[in-house]
Amino acid sequence: MTDWQPVKIITRGKEYEVRPGMAVKHALEKINILPESVIVTRNGELITEDELLAPGDVLKLVMVISGG
Amino acid sequence: MKCTKCGGKAVISVLQHHLGLCKEHYLEWVPGQVARAIQKYRMFAKTDRILAAVSGGKDSLSLWDILHRLGYQVDGLYICLGIDGGVNYSNESQRLSQQFAAQHGLTLHVVDIPQVYGESIPQIASRTFRGRGAPCSVCGLAKRHEMNRLARDLGYDVLVTGHNLDDEAAVLFSNTLRWAGGFLARQGPVLEADQPGLARKAKPLCRMYERDMTAYALLRGIEYIYDECPYALGATSIYYKELLNKLESDQPGAKLNFYLSFLQAKEGGLFAPQADPDRAQMHPCPSCGQSTTAEGLCSFCRMMGGES
Repeated sequence: MTDWQPVKIITRGKEYEVRPGMAVKHALEKINILPESVIVTRNGELITEDELLAPGDVLKLVMVISGG
Repeated sequence: MKCTKCGGKAVISVLQHHLGLCKEHYLEWVPGQVARAIQKYRMFAKTDRILAAVSGGKDSLSLWDILHRLGYQVDGLYICLGIDGGVNYSNESQRLSQQFAAQHGLTLHVVDIPQVYGESIPQIASRTFRGRGAPCSVCGLAKRHEMNRLARDLGYDVLVTGHNLDDEAAVLFSNTLRWAGGFLARQGPVLEADQPGLARKAKPLCRMYERDMTAYALLRGIEYIYDECPYALGATSIYYKELLNKLESDQPGAKLNFYLSFLQAKEGGLFAPQADPDRAQMHPCPSCGQSTTAEGLCSFCRMMGGES
């Protein structure tokens, strides 16, 4: 049992959970996503990679790569 | 992170330029950067009539938005490819393009490939087996042909596309891996109309990162098609973009430097016209009049069975 609420990270068809208290950049590293490949949003607002994550935060990642 | 311009809370970091920007200053900065590229590469003037090829995606709709805000005379061109892929891909991207045009009071020309030519892009790919049945090469060929045709037929001075720096860097990377001299000699922010039947083409977003254009579309509230083309899954260009993003992660600015150094080297004469012998032998296609290196009909007219 954890005594903290995890941070949820949602991206195309996948969901991850990380510990709160770390910066966005480190959370992305934990789940093997390059910051260059995504825009991070929280409550519909864009946030930068140095933003600290609070318990219960829900991040949505907008993938930026397209093409073919 | 604080906004470099006003000290307020930044919503985006632009590491390749050592910037953090708030929403207001970001939405000013992006059009400013695009305006500088247009000027630097002498793409077009305010008096020119511009046709923007739009796909319903973030880059082309943002480009249309930016050019309109900068005061250029710019209409849109949407090419319906007839791709469904289980996600109603073409219909949805057309709807979003039309919605953008209506919201901004802009003119959008629509070319419907299945209606004009009687077959969708996947059907042409299956029939011709060009690209071994995968529709990407047929799609590229048809789009280039139709964009050029419409730009000329409708009398536009220049055709613009939403190619961003990541697109350009991925193509450059691919061409460099193969030392494809002809393609390297031809790649650049502007393709002059120096052959019969060719429209002038420009890429005003060529110095903007794909990530920056996504942020622009989101912050500007532009609704774009988020689903990837169903046929793009596993595309080599996407793999190259991922590789370059790994490099960018370790060396911020590496992608920009790669592309700009290439342009500088090219200007300095690294890629001589002899590297592109095909271009010297171009002639007009007897059917559609567009320039081609092939004997007789161009690739598009051959693919469509003789006439376009």
